[in-house]
Amino acid sequence: MPLLRTQHSVLPGFTLSFALSVLFICLVILVPLSGLAIHVSQMSWAQYWGVITDPRSLASFRVTLLAAAGASGINAVVGLLLAWVITRYRFPGRRLMDALVDLPFALPTAVAGLTLSALFAANGWLGQWFEAIGISVAYTPLGIMIAMSFTSLPFVVRAVQPVLEDLTPDVEEAAATLGATPMATFTRVILAQLMPALLTGTALAFTRSLGEYGAVIFIAGNMPFETEILSLLVNIRLDEFDYAAASALASVILIASLVLLFGIQLVQSRLTRRWKGH
Amino acid sequence: MRVWISALLLAIAGTASAQQTLLNSSYDIARELFAAVNPKFQAHWQEMTGEEVSIKQSHSGSSKQARAILQGLKADVVTFNQVTDVNVLHDKGNLIPADWNTRLPNNSSPYYSTTAFLVRKGNPKNIQGWADLAKEDVSVVFPNPKTSGNGRYTYLAAWMATSDRLDGNEDKIRDYMAHFLANVAVFDSGGRAATVTFAEREIGDVLISFESEVNNIRKQYGSDDYDVVVPKTSVLAEFPVTVVDKVVDQKGTRKVATEYLNFLYSEDIQRLLAGFNYRVHNDTVVKETADQFPPVKLLEVADYFGSWADAQKTHFASGGELDRLQAKARSLR
Amino acid sequence: MHERPRHWHQWLLIMAAFAAVAILLVMPLALIFTEAFSQGWAMVQQNLTNPDMLGAIKLTLIVALITVPVNLLFGILLAWCVTRYEFRGRKLLSTLIDIPFAMSPVVAGLCYLVVYGAQSVVGNWFSGMGVQLMFALPGMVMVTVFVTCPYVARVLIPLMESQGQHEEEAAIILGASGWQAFWYVTLPKIRWALLYGVVLTNARAVGEFGAVSVVSGLIRGQTLTLPLLVQMWNQDYNTVGAFTAAGLLAAMALVTLLLKTVLEWATQHNTDNATEQKTEQDTP
Repeated sequence: MPLLRTQHSVLPGFTLSFALSVLFICLVILVPLSGLAIHVSQMSWAQYWGVITDPRSLASFRVTLLAAAGASGINAVVGLLLAWVITRYRFPGRRLMDALVDLPFALPTAVAGLTLSALFAANGWLGQWFEAIGISVAYTPLGIMIAMSFTSLPFVVRAVQPVLEDLTPDVEEAAATLGATPMATFTRVILAQLMPALLTGTALAFTRSLGEYGAVIFIAGNMPFETEILSLLVNIRLDEFDYAAASALASVILIASLVLLFGIQLVQSRLTRRWKGH
Repeated sequence: MRVWISALLLAIAGTASAQQTLLNSSYDIARELFAAVNPKFQAHWQEMTGEEVSIKQSHSGSSKQARAILQGLKADVVTFNQVTDVNVLHDKGNLIPADWNTRLPNNSSPYYSTTAFLVRKGNPKNIQGWADLAKEDVSVVFPNPKTSGNGRYTYLAAWMATSDRLDGNEDKIRDYMAHFLANVAVFDSGGRAATVTFAEREIGDVLISFESEVNNIRKQYGSDDYDVVVPKTSVLAEFPVTVVDKVVDQKGTRKVATEYLNFLYSEDIQRLLAGFNYRVHNDTVVKETADQFPPVKLLEVADYFGSWADAQKTHFASGGELDRLQAKARSLR
Repeated sequence: MHERPRHWHQWLLIMAAFAAVAILLVMPLALIFTEAFSQGWAMVQQNLTNPDMLGAIKLTLIVALITVPVNLLFGILLAWCVTRYEFRGRKLLSTLIDIPFAMSPVVAGLCYLVVYGAQSVVGNWFSGMGVQLMFALPGMVMVTVFVTCPYVARVLIPLMESQGQHEEEAAIILGASGWQAFWYVTLPKIRWALLYGVVLTNARAVGEFGAVSVVSGLIRGQTLTLPLLVQMWNQDYNTVGAFTAAGLLAAMALVTLLLKTVLEWATQHNTDNATEQKTEQDTP
């Protein structure tokens, strides 16, 4: 164990905490993941390729990606708006708004799904208004998008908020004095500084949306080729006793989310380093 | 407040006792049925042996149920809606013998049903038979054949009835099936989810489900809103039951489990089943309830597809007929 | 930084924010409780005392009661390990813990099924011992531990990193045992964050749906948790019941939000104090 240590610390307990942490991570995270990997590795490349390029799988990739992209887009805008209003202005209800933003993290996804599907059904509180102008929300890709944007809303707000808090109004005021329009001040000065945080938040929201299941299955029509998301297809393949196909599809989601996760961390550490360097 | 606390305490304390427990793993829409059967069996068993038995229920798409049992769910008896899902228990897990369906009368199927339609009041789209379901302006709801036995019956019934109508011309059947599948509005994973979509979310012109289920919906949601249409030809839907030998031998519940299944054939329960709009075998009950069930020409899967196993392979396997038809249906939408 | 809005367009922005919060967050909450109470208080009571509901509440509590301490212990160990020592693979260890965040719960459920199911080597061995893992309580606890394991560690690591280890080192040099150093020095500094982590872990453990639905046997009153009961009752023609269960979970979510806000404030306060003390120490 001391071989691992690169620097000595007077604090005892390294061996214990290190060994238990590694044991836990192995049992809880790595063993199940390798189980999936072993399952997938038993397939030939042709089989694997066949499963993931099957038209239905491709359609579910498309549905999932498009809906997640749309949801992240909505969240980038709505999240920025909420973060801006909460950090910049003082008005009654601000604290409540701030606290409520985390609701999607605290509310179980199944509850969110049930509620959103009732809310946006053709006879629901909100659905009827959409229906009146000829737009169906529940059981369409639009519904999937709404469910995904609900569950991932806090990511953008919470990523942008601290940065916005640290931004001093000096620069804005300077820009304004120099004759910049408010719009120009916003896009050139503020948005430029917020960009890294906004992108991180949006990417996190996107990652979460890719894997979202509970909220989506209630409101999606679950129609193959149209409103069938990847996680549901994994479940369906399981029900068909097709473990190989389920594992192959699962590996695609998994790789995509891991790449996104590590990508975000890499970019983030680069950016903070650059930030500190200045 | 006191109610809350006592409820919570009750929940936490639970009830631990040494009495025998049966787990009945069943298909999705049998929830109300077994909720009615179980108390009757408990009384019957008490009377017969003087012992108490508690019965637990698990409901889901029957393929999912079979998978759970293969993965270790300790179900003493299965009451499914399709032979394939029972066969899997033998083929993949060797939990039951191959000849399980000879152990009880009528292919181990205490009751049967067929697939029928539920339409909106007054039948505005004038749906009378399978041919009408492929018309352009009709939207249908039924569960996903990949995950639900109910959905598989619907798919096969449409195929078989059309095969009869078109003298087995496969190209024409495929054309019909593609149009039929193009009309599907929502594919839920189980029969009950499809019901909720149709009745509560008001999606679709026709719900296709078991005759029993469509009649129960009328009961649940009010008979004024819907009409039941039973097509002239449809599929024979059997509801196979068996004890899971490996489990009952391990748990020592073979006797009570076997009796539970036998009990389903008793006149009392057959009458109860008829009350849930299942068709039954008991002669007395059949006579009593004759006008409840319109005559249907019941087509058997084995006559058209060889066997359930063959139908499963050609139609429902990955890349099979259903997948190809879905792709075709997509281009029609 | 906060200013009272002066221009009409600032008010417009605030209005837009309120509209977004109303539509996305408040209306769903309102709908849950409206639906749950739509048939009166007696119906709510009847739904709450239904055996399936009681079973679900009990199971949900058991799952949370096992999951939270396990992840609490593990979170502290991991945070201690990666913030108090320099060693090879430190970065890797703290990245691995993020995997459950990125993973689809359904995929997590599938992984567990593949590795610990009755048809696997491990599952088969347990099955031989008469212990059923998947489609029973152990499996449901296992996947819940998986999906919730990052929370405590994620809350603790940045805090403990920023606090540094000088005080612990001082304690050790002065003759305290490692355990005493942790108990009397570290723990008081991280107690609010720890509680915060527990609140987050608990909320997720109680509400997990995707992963649990893959490994639950769906036995009424036995392997149905509250979120699964929501789905089950929704399909049982029992919409009011489904929304009652949903209301219970939503109430829990609201309590979580409240605790979260309080704890965030407390942590903030705590860190501020700590920095103040530090500056005081540094100045002379």
